[in-house]
Amino acid sequence: MSKTNPVDRKYSREHEWARDEGDGTAAVGITDYAQEMLTDIVFVELPAVGKIVKQMDPFAVVESVKSVSDVYAPVGGEVIQVNAGLETRPELVNQDAFGEGWIARIRMHQPEELKGLMDAAAYEAMIREEKK
Amino acid sequence: MKKTPLYDRHVALGAKMIDFGGWDMPVQYTGVVEEHHATRTGAGLFDICHMGEIEIRGTQALDLLQGVLSRNLEGQKTGQMKLSVLTNEQGGIIDDVTVYKLAEDRYWVVTNSATKDKDLRWLQRRKQEGGFAGADIADRTEELGKIDLQGPRAQQILQPLAGEDLAPLRYYHAMRTTVAGVSALVSRSGYTGEDGFEIYADSQQIGSIWDRLMAAGAGSGLKPVGLGARDTLRLEAGMMLYGHEMCETVSPYEVVYGWLVDLEKAFIGRDVLDRQKKRGVSRKLVGFEMAERGIARAGYKIFKYGREIGEVTSGTYAPTLNRAVGFAFLPVACMEPQTELEIRIRERLVKARVVTIPFYKRCDKHIFYNVFI
Repeated sequence: MSKTNPVDRKYSREHEWARDEGDGTAAVGITDYAQEMLTDIVFVELPAVGKIVKQMDPFAVVESVKSVSDVYAPVGGEVIQVNAGLETRPELVNQDAFGEGWIARIRMHQPEELKGLMDAAAYEAMIREEKK
Repeated sequence: MKKTPLYDRHVALGAKMIDFGGWDMPVQYTGVVEEHHATRTGAGLFDICHMGEIEIRGTQALDLLQGVLSRNLEGQKTGQMKLSVLTNEQGGIIDDVTVYKLAEDRYWVVTNSATKDKDLRWLQRRKQEGGFAGADIADRTEELGKIDLQGPRAQQILQPLAGEDLAPLRYYHAMRTTVAGVSALVSRSGYTGEDGFEIYADSQQIGSIWDRLMAAGAGSGLKPVGLGARDTLRLEAGMMLYGHEMCETVSPYEVVYGWLVDLEKAFIGRDVLDRQKKRGVSRKLVGFEMAERGIARAGYKIFKYGREIGEVTSGTYAPTLNRAVGFAFLPVACMEPQTELEIRIRERLVKARVVTIPFYKRCDKHIFYNVFI
């Protein structure tokens, strides 16, 4: 069973989350449901710090033993920090997708993009639909 | 999609199912890495009912097989199994198969699942053309079920259910016995690099063997294992997969199957292979490991000095080795171990190096095991 989706952040249709850090940046990662679908994550390709991404651009890659999946930027902007810990411990995404398994911090170009994302309740409703 | 007799059990176990060459098969139950480790340290149970079994029977059974297989079966004893390849007129590999000699005039050819129908047609055509009226060919895939039990605890789990002492059963040998009271053919063989068994029984009864093995192994770390871990296990052990390392335009000399070719006997493709052996081949299958972070997957291109020189045929993260490894075709000039390569992963060129295969060898001294049987 996936963990509860925290209400302090927003969700994309591609199963990413973005949390407003209150300083014009957002922490981003993939959801617990996504890591569960991907299963054992054995490699994370992080974006370069300084990279400019548009909303829903592929900006990172997570690989399980058998699959390669793009991670889409839930908000556009400049990548100002990446979770380098994932280079040696990609399994953190499995263990703690909403916490220690975060992927990057993005300085948002248009913070209003957050408003277009789903809240936890809407995201959960979408997952329920997907499971049908 | 076709379902094996064990399909309902996979669903009940919560397996993730995928389409594997038209079969609805479990790719994983709890997770590829966990199932992989379970097989290396305890035991794994695999549904292999999708693979093909073709029976060749009669006074000309051996004659028919000798003409289509690269390997000489002359010295094969009853109860012995032999790995071999079916070759076409160009010396290309139609399939890699294991051949069980069940009696003087009776053989089973165990094929890959996607290649079974073409193998069968090929054998039937050879029977016609060669006039082998004394060789009956029967597809027994539907009526036979197959389960692999693999891992260091395989024998300990199987023994209490087996009708015979398993200890004297040697690698690549089979015995007719019972498993959980069901008549079965059991061979000490497999596709993981571990000790273990391949078990063949009536498809109606394979389910009860599965259930009894699952129950018997519960205390010994036995886990059902899907096709995901089957692939990582075989790759670590340096075993090739048809459709990846082999196809009809790849010759046994280009992969590690040169030792399966006996040029002293007549078989289809022999003359081409004879010339190849004398002249040498220009490309060969090698093992590689990543020297930098990244996982090279099948189809990724390989470069040296900025030039494209080859392609990955299989590549994965190897759980036991905890690094990324794979197979690739490279020019023979680049096949020395430690040769540095670059593999294009998405937009980047990532460093890799040639290494010897197998990548993983189990440290078990009492019997000689490796892929070269």
